Amino acid sequence: MHIIAQAAVIFGLCLISEGIAALLPVAFPASVIALLLLGLLLFSGLLKPKHIETFSTFLVANMAFFFLPSCVEVMEHAPAILRQLVPFLLVVAITTPVVYFVTGVTVQLMIRGRKGGHRHD
Amino acid sequence: MTDAILSSPFFGLTLSAAAWWAGCWIQKKTGFLLCNPLLIAAALIIGVLSLLRVPYQAYALGGDFIKMMLGPVTAVLALNIYNQRAILRENFLPVLAGCLAGSLTSVGSVLLLCRLFHVEETLAASLLPKSVTTAIAIGVAESRGGIGGIAAAAVIITGLIGAVMAPLFAKLFRITDPVAEGLSIGACSHALGTTRAMEIGRVQGAMSSIAICVCGIMTSILALFL
Repeated sequence: MHIIAQAAVIFGLCLISEGIAALLPVAFPASVIALLLLGLLLFSGLLKPKHIETFSTFLVANMAFFFLPSCVEVMEHAPAILRQLVPFLLVVAITTPVVYFVTGVTVQLMIRGRKGGHRHD
Repeated sequence: MTDAILSSPFFGLTLSAAAWWAGCWIQKKTGFLLCNPLLIAAALIIGVLSLLRVPYQAYALGGDFIKMMLGPVTAVLALNIYNQRAILRENFLPVLAGCLAGSLTSVGSVLLLCRLFHVEETLAASLLPKSVTTAIAIGVAESRGGIGGIAAAAVIITGLIGAVMAPLFAKLFRITDPVAEGLSIGACSHALGTTRAMEIGRVQGAMSSIAICVCGIMTSILALFL
């Protein structure tokens, strides 16, 4: 499929998701609804990877670039953060590795436990 | 003429693309871990804006176009997940358990530390969703009386820590399984960490994408009960 046609599919999905998000009773981000919808279409076979591949690969390959304006925007909130800079940084710096550690250990233990279990089967 | 330049979206677009290119070039030259292209590019733009005394709003005219694309960028992560469906099927339970553990730890540890450090209520509410993707975080923070912008800042700084430190965390905590590594990166540092996970490996990238989605949903639900 032509890359512009692929873009139409992705943009269309995002548009529909904005509509669904507006209908939901709780605040839920449209981008995650779009991710779920696209996953549903792919897993059900209604949409084939080739229908969106070229455009998706371009977006994902350059993903970090799209975060740049949000990084610059941090500057706008600098005064509010600077007032409590030390606790702000401490909370962010401590909890991030803790979440990594707990998630990683949980998953690794479960995967290894199951592999070990298979050997006894 | 200055007015025409500053009121054009091309100002922010040009500045972003050029700063990004410079960031990539500097990282290639130095190979230094902290020289993340995103960090360098953001520092360059902030430097240029404050040096020329240009307000952030002038940059945002173009920057908002790029920011708007975060929606489609998040959506197409579904393709990464689909391409790794065999591994997902094989590890379905560990994925769910890991994301639940990660989401609970994230929310719990932020609440605990905020109490410990006597953090103001507004800031605490803004920090709470810091490990999930920006769109979800802003919604969760504001529903609890936090400030969306500060929440976004916390999300970005958390994401940068994840993107820069992920390989170090893996070594430090002895996480060698690629599924576990990918999920951990996504659970602690959302889409920004996922950019790094995709550099580490295909499985890591896909698992990190799954974690964004599952942890995002779990955290929004958790926030309803707090």
